[in-house]
Amino acid sequence: MRRAGLVEDATAPARTRTGRPVVEATGVHKWFRRNHVLDDVSLSVDEGEVVVIIGPSGSGKTTFLRCINHLERIDDGRLLVNGHRIGHRETASGKLAAAAEAEIARQREQIGFVFQQFNLFPHLTAAENVALAPTRVRRVGRSKAMEDATRLLARVGIEEKRDSYPRQLSGGQQQRVAIARALAMNPALMLFDEPTSALDPEMVGEVLEVMRELAAEGMTMVVVSHEMGFARRVGDRVVMMDEGRVIEAGAPDELLDRPREERTAAFLSKVLH
Amino acid sequence: MGFDWHFFEHLLLYPPNSFIQGALRTVYLAVIAQILGVGIGLILALWRRNARLPLRIFASGYIWIIRGTPLLVQAVIVYDGLTGLGVYSFPDQHVFGVLIPGIIQAGIITLAINEGAYMAEIMRAAIDSVDRGQAEAAVSLGMRRRQAMRHVVLPQAMRVVIPPLGNEFNNMLKVTSLLSVIGLNELFLAAQDYNSANFRTFEIFLVVAIYYIIMTTVWSIIQSAIERRMASRGGDLIDRITLRERLFGGGALAAAGQLRGAR
Repeated sequence: MRRAGLVEDATAPARTRTGRPVVEATGVHKWFRRNHVLDDVSLSVDEGEVVVIIGPSGSGKTTFLRCINHLERIDDGRLLVNGHRIGHRETASGKLAAAAEAEIARQREQIGFVFQQFNLFPHLTAAENVALAPTRVRRVGRSKAMEDATRLLARVGIEEKRDSYPRQLSGGQQQRVAIARALAMNPALMLFDEPTSALDPEMVGEVLEVMRELAAEGMTMVVVSHEMGFARRVGDRVVMMDEGRVIEAGAPDELLDRPREERTAAFLSKVLH
Repeated sequence: MGFDWHFFEHLLLYPPNSFIQGALRTVYLAVIAQILGVGIGLILALWRRNARLPLRIFASGYIWIIRGTPLLVQAVIVYDGLTGLGVYSFPDQHVFGVLIPGIIQAGIITLAINEGAYMAEIMRAAIDSVDRGQAEAAVSLGMRRRQAMRHVVLPQAMRVVIPPLGNEFNNMLKVTSLLSVIGLNELFLAAQDYNSANFRTFEIFLVVAIYYIIMTTVWSIIQSAIERRMASRGGDLIDRITLRERLFGGGALAAAGQLRGAR
């Protein structure tokens, strides 16, 4: 596989760990009707940190991820990205109001999101998928945007597929295009929602490899995943969620090998055997 | 009397000028009304999902009323009704330098208003057929909802719209004949006039039927070409419909036709 300009070479920037929080969630609650899907979730992610969220399905991990870029609205609590409330603004009287659409869109530019089902635009080629947001949101000229797109596709190892339509690509290639598309907006934070769950087993590795390189470059990442190997090798911290709550969080080796909570141990025994 | 072959053949091959004028009028009424109907339908479909309640109510009410009343009644209300009330009497007007008689304006407006309601339902179904993840992916990149609709959702929805749109236009070519009721001199009324002078009803309307089938068949061929071109660009998002299916029914066209209710 071809990959340009990354990690293994010495010029790649070292992981920047400034300790500055990129995501700060405090007491976040979310209900779907009567269903309490997020129950007092607090989590902070520092710049350059890679946090992997694990947990059984229905534990609220995907919902939490979607709240971070306001694909879902939180019902209570504080959720800050780069120090700004996401999706809400404080009025003069100190109350919370829904932010204007323009404000939410501007905040989302800072946050890349990679979906389980890729959600590539099927009517556009790989390069056009990557170039669409820069041309429409940032008003970058088309030829410049397409050049940048080609460079980003090279970065995820599929430059030669720039003129292919999504349906002509394998799942692994599609997900790498999706990652390039998110990177095109130069986000400060990347969110991955089970990025390899929809892939055939033989394609999981190529996507995880791109993510590993991205992490090594210092990207701040929150990853919902069942890939324990990835969590161990790339994650700085693993967070276990169940029934809408954060059960425990810690360094990968510690949490995965010596979980303090019984529920974590039970979950791990199911996915690791 | 018996079937007059000579009369039939002569009328078919050497139609009077009024037939040709009528047929041309049928085609241009249908084309303009269909284009306007698509525009109205798109606006209504978007208003139906707009955040503002009055727009949603207006769009739903429009569709409810138009689909709930016969085109024949709508035509009489628009033309004779408005004129009778003294609200608007459809004076002849120049549009882009072309003189459009009042009755043609009324005909186009009636057909466009009517078609808009049906197109709105087709557009809505098409927009809903686009996976929600598409709009989510677009907004997650910082696009506004409007931009996501325009650049991501609508281009995909339009491919789904093409087959039922073809059905609509086929229908449109034929329902123009209803405008004869307000005295619009399209193909059907031209034939009626001719009939009242000749009384060869069977032969005359057989010729008229053949004219309509020629128009709709030509359209089917054009539509096949459009769909082939769209399918060759960017992979086949819509099922290919053969010309045979298009003319004689069945297959993907039958499925696409289910998007729209019976008129």
